Amino acid sequence: METAPKPGRGGPPKEDKPQAKRKVAAWVEANAALGLGASDRARARGFRSGSGSGLPIGLGLRVRRKPQRYWEGEAPPAAAGASPGPPRKKARTREPRPPRSKSAHPAKKSRLRQKPRAPKDAPDPKRRPQRTLSGAQDPFPGPAPAPVEGARKFCRIDKSRTLPHSKPKTRSKLETAEAQEEEASVRAARAELLLTEEPGFLEGEDGEDTAKILQTDVVGAVDIASAAKHFDLNLRQFGPYRLNYSRTGRHLALGGRRGHVAALDWVTKKLMCEINVMEAVQDIHFLHSEALLAVAQNRWLYIYDNQGIELHCIRRCDRVTRLEFLPFHFLLATCSETGFLTYLDVSVGKIVTALNARAGRLSVMAQNPYNAVIHLGHSNGTVSLWSPAVKEPLAKILCHRGAVRAVAVDSTGTYMATSGLDHQLKIFDLRGTFQPLSARTLPQGAGHVAFSQRGLLAAGMGDVVNIWAGQGKASSPSLEQPYLTHRLSGRVHGLQFCPFEDVLGVGHSGGITSMLVPGSAEPNFDGLENNPYRSRKQRQEWEVKALLEKVPAELICLDPRALAEVDVVSLEQQKKERIERLGYDPDAKAPFQPKAKQKGRSSTASLVKRKKKVMDQEHRDKVRQSLEQQQQQKQETTKPPRARPSALDRFVR
Amino acid sequence: MMNTTKAAKGSLLALSQQEELVDLPTNYPLSASEDEGDSDGERKHQKLLEAIGSLDGKNRWKLPERSEASLKVSEFNVSCEGSGEKLALSDLLGPAKPSPSLAAVKKQLSRVKSKKTLELPLNKAEVDQIHREVAFSKTSQTLSKWDSVVQKNREAEQLVFPMGKESSSFAPIEHVFSDWKARTPLEQEVFNLLHKNKQPVTDPLLTPVEKASLRAMSLEEAKIRRAELQRARALQSYYEARARRMKKIKSKKYHKIVKKGKAKKAIKDFEQLRKVDPNAALEELEKIEKARMMERMSLKHQNSGKWAKSKAIMAKYDLEARQAMQEQLAKNKELTQKLQVVSESEEEGGADEEEALVPDVVNEVQMNSDGANPWMLRSCNRDAKEDEIQADSEEPSEPVVHEISENEGNEKSVEEEDVLLKEFEERRSLRKRSKCNQNAEPVSGQETKDSTSKEVLSELRALSKKLSEENHLSKKQKESSAKTVLLVQEEEPALEEEEPLLLQRPERIQTMEKLEELGNEDCLPSKEPPRAAVEGEQMRRNPQYQLKGKKKEQMISLQNLLTSRTPSVTSLAVPTTVEELEDEVEREQKQMIKEAFAGDDVIKEFLKEKREAIQASKPKDMDLTLPGWGEWGGMDLKPSAKKRRRFLIKAPEGPPRKDKNLPNVIISEKRNIQAAAHQVRVLPYPFTHHQQFERTIQNPIGSTWNTQRAFQKLTAPKVVTKAGHIIKPIKAEDVGYRSSPRSDLSVMQNNPKRHSKHQKQLKKSSMD
Repeated sequence: METAPKPGRGGPPKEDKPQAKRKVAAWVEANAALGLGASDRARARGFRSGSGSGLPIGLGLRVRRKPQRYWEGEAPPAAAGASPGPPRKKARTREPRPPRSKSAHPAKKSRLRQKPRAPKDAPDPKRRPQRTLSGAQDPFPGPAPAPVEGARKFCRIDKSRTLPHSKPKTRSKLETAEAQEEEASVRAARAELLLTEEPGFLEGEDGEDTAKILQTDVVGAVDIASAAKHFDLNLRQFGPYRLNYSRTGRHLALGGRRGHVAALDWVTKKLMCEINVMEAVQDIHFLHSEALLAVAQNRWLYIYDNQGIELHCIRRCDRVTRLEFLPFHFLLATCSETGFLTYLDVSVGKIVTALNARAGRLSVMAQNPYNAVIHLGHSNGTVSLWSPAVKEPLAKILCHRGAVRAVAVDSTGTYMATSGLDHQLKIFDLRGTFQPLSARTLPQGAGHVAFSQRGLLAAGMGDVVNIWAGQGKASSPSLEQPYLTHRLSGRVHGLQFCPFEDVLGVGHSGGITSMLVPGSAEPNFDGLENNPYRSRKQRQEWEVKALLEKVPAELICLDPRALAEVDVVSLEQQKKERIERLGYDPDAKAPFQPKAKQKGRSSTASLVKRKKKVMDQEHRDKVRQSLEQQQQQKQETTKPPRARPSALDRFVR
Repeated sequence: MMNTTKAAKGSLLALSQQEELVDLPTNYPLSASEDEGDSDGERKHQKLLEAIGSLDGKNRWKLPERSEASLKVSEFNVSCEGSGEKLALSDLLGPAKPSPSLAAVKKQLSRVKSKKTLELPLNKAEVDQIHREVAFSKTSQTLSKWDSVVQKNREAEQLVFPMGKESSSFAPIEHVFSDWKARTPLEQEVFNLLHKNKQPVTDPLLTPVEKASLRAMSLEEAKIRRAELQRARALQSYYEARARRMKKIKSKKYHKIVKKGKAKKAIKDFEQLRKVDPNAALEELEKIEKARMMERMSLKHQNSGKWAKSKAIMAKYDLEARQAMQEQLAKNKELTQKLQVVSESEEEGGADEEEALVPDVVNEVQMNSDGANPWMLRSCNRDAKEDEIQADSEEPSEPVVHEISENEGNEKSVEEEDVLLKEFEERRSLRKRSKCNQNAEPVSGQETKDSTSKEVLSELRALSKKLSEENHLSKKQKESSAKTVLLVQEEEPALEEEEPLLLQRPERIQTMEKLEELGNEDCLPSKEPPRAAVEGEQMRRNPQYQLKGKKKEQMISLQNLLTSRTPSVTSLAVPTTVEELEDEVEREQKQMIKEAFAGDDVIKEFLKEKREAIQASKPKDMDLTLPGWGEWGGMDLKPSAKKRRRFLIKAPEGPPRKDKNLPNVIISEKRNIQAAAHQVRVLPYPFTHHQQFERTIQNPIGSTWNTQRAFQKLTAPKVVTKAGHIIKPIKAEDVGYRSSPRSDLSVMQNNPKRHSKHQKQLKKSSMD
């Protein structure tokens, strides 16, 4: 078992160590849907997959010949059934996988496909398949079975909370809501079949440390198209570079400290524009599309188009140090040396709010992609969370003893990575507790951190980039051991993972490096949302749609699901007012009125007695409840901290 | 009127003719006129009698009585005063002999009786109301046939107009063809052929034989089968009834007998089973054992039940009750006794037991120490340590022993270990003996306990010292494998921590609470990851951090959060500036960092900020004191404390802060008003609680979160009208007559009640 390398065990391994015996295992996600055009994608989205008519399946188990549909053409059953696939481990480790055929990934599909076959093996006597005139038989009678397991993750209704008692009418509404949810989730689970691409990965041969694998090895192991994604731009003249990928991951903007601004289609390496703004460039960021470019220059904020023409100079944002763009709100968030966090609505060109953080110079900023909250790092070791709707920070977290140097939030909004002057790298849980999950001391604190789409964490320290990986998509990266390391030719100045490509872009004093990080990006993209292959026309159409769906800035809050809750405070206020207006509570339970009884038992005394009995009962219930609550509280407070009482306790003196 | 007078005349005539009618009630006026004095006395007597008779309350009904003599005794004015009965018209006729003339009179009389006078016509308003009611009930009845339709349409997810036409569903082509008929001569010929060979032509594809076989069950068979079913059902119902009856029997004796019988039967069965199928018997035995365990767990025989308590009271006087109690006690004893599991090798029992007792905790720690989640690790470590502390007096050094035995298993220090083990075992036996002593004399054992405990403690101390030494030794020895070294390293801090605890031991901890406190104190530093334990302890000793009370706790946890020494990463590629002589550089850097942050205490500042935020968010108390009101006022005079207390309105305590238990976080409690403007603030109709409504809107309906089909279905319009089609009003024929049993008058009658209720409530609230 390989353990974490101990500090005392000799110097760092040399770069030029002979690599002969090392078996490189790399597979870089050759770009996902190269063959699949945008329009195809859009069509595929609406396609209902689980209709029961099966696509050929990659399991060699079935013997009986499956009935063919006319639209299936000549799907060769032999190829589908019997091809055993390449010997798994070797093929995986030695070379990039062959172009995807249906037989290549049986494991993933078997889950979905196993269910439809079950009724066929043991046909239900009640649901006898209908025989028809032609004598043909529906091989998959009845509706397609629901993938319950897969559907669970699409369920959004929180059923953990028990509801107060509801009347039949209300209950029927609730039931319909739940039925709708179930149906939608099942459909979503079925549509997962369309996510054909799998994430890439890098695997060392038994126990080999993946961090020892060099970029050159990775590049050597992958296909040509992927290898072309690794490149170095040697730009020593204009100082350390900041860089930014567009949301589709197709375009790259870079801004050198000494005024060099360029935008290019980095996949084809086609330069869109290149200018020198003759001023120090602090940061650079694409706006909602690759057509617009915001550059934080020494004095003011400028906006250029993709031809390098200056469109705007925004003087209300001065001395900007960092830029963030909130794509669904069309907000450009800027933080400045003067200590202001300014939100600029780029769709209407107005400043939404300028918030004074009251914490001195702001130069550390990140956005939470889940709820569009801006995280600011401060010199007193705190990270504050901001929304344009509230004048004060939503939350303040004390993270480090020294100043915070870098902050990043992962794509699910669950984890925040911070690095501070105290040389620590910490990962915080953002789901309400804000507690550190793991921490590491780095030899030289990280100056830049970035999360990838699938939760890989990259940290730039000095001239080295370290990348850590977690177990899966929504898991925090374990800081035990780096997944990859890479040394650059200069100090790191900017870091960003490219969306939808297994590429990490690093801006440093020596230029730009685009390095391959297998498994960093989301393999499947949404053609209607971020389509890397979109044409100009499609981009324009998308722009209009996105603008129509723009989210108002004031909706940004810590828990976006809270918006789907009833505003209880004003609800209660209104109820109170109504009661005042009416003079009585219309919803209140009517006081108990005893029924009149016959044969002299309905005397006043007995009526009063009966009334009192009910009242007493109610009162007793109330008292009992309150007592129970008290006891619970007591238990909570006096709960012993130790885990389990032992049977030996009684012998403890 | 005429008739009655006539009848009266007739009767009077009859009276005068017949002398024997003296005792008739009608004779009173006559007799009264004859001799007043006598009758007066008699009447009084009668009255007295009546009064006495009515004393018992039975004869409550009092007759009307005339107290003064009537001035005029008319023949038309008949009264029956004084007599015990009411006068009826027939009585007047009674004495007369049945004669044809009287019969006619009688007839007339009855006719008169049966005839009623015409009532006054109702006034207009009432008539109108009745008309309205009738009309309303009629119309509502005619309208009620629409009820079901309206209900259905309201509940329908989607209405498509014009209605009535079902949307054509997609049928397989074979179904469409089933109606198809042969027309051309060729087709007919083919069909003829098929018919001749008795082949099926249309769906379903069954030959006549098959069809016949499908319909195979004959009438008799069906009858027999039905009878069987009926019989079974009847039997079942009998059985159920019997069981119910038996369950209801309250006799204890009966139940006792039943229970005994069952037990006997069970034993018999078990014996048989053992003979027949030993495996099944074993399983059965396990089941029995489990039942016993359940019984053991329950408090049924603890003498704490109602029955037992009552018996305990009675036991003094009642022999039977005493016996019952004793039985109960015996059962309890039997149940609570622990079953002795006989171990195979009792010679090496000590070591074995150790292994059984200790290692899982230790192993857990080992396993988790290189796990991914440091939180899990922390808690786990804490658990382990606490457990160690708990079991401290019992077997404090056992884990270590075990550890060592594991570590050095393949080393040559086996003899040492053996010696150690022997020593240890001796001590164990000693301790056991002492425990026995304690058990024997639990009251007077205080001092002996003390002494024994001291003895044991001193021994333990010595032992642990020895062990730690040995640990060092083993460390100095050649490290056989990296794993063992790691284990030892991990073990060390724990040991070091334990030692002061052991030293403190002689002042006995008497109560459990104190022990717990101790545990708490100890587990605070131990929250840190194991490697940092030593440093944590140092920090704890540092007087700078020793604050008091509640804040101390918070402080410590905060400190822990920030200063817990995290494992440092040695990446393969170290930044060029730090590459040479990493250790020294690291140390230097740490020093530098410490110096750099010596001045500004980040934590203190943050805590201060948090306190301020809490203060700011607290609702403020209202002070309504007016200085100088009711007492002297002036420059230096303040209103009295009593007054201030009286006029201070305390703000209600708000809900607990979200960051109450999070020392390193300040969460703003301010409400986001702008977002609240977008929230729902009125509950829609059928919902009574906001949580119900929230649940219905939790599922997103947008196309971003749903597949296309789901999106279309979720956002389907409630009403769809087809373009170019006439939407005709719904007809009764389409619906079919079916009136719902709704009496609309009842609705009418209910209404005023409800109205009055409202008024009552109004009154009440106004009174309040």
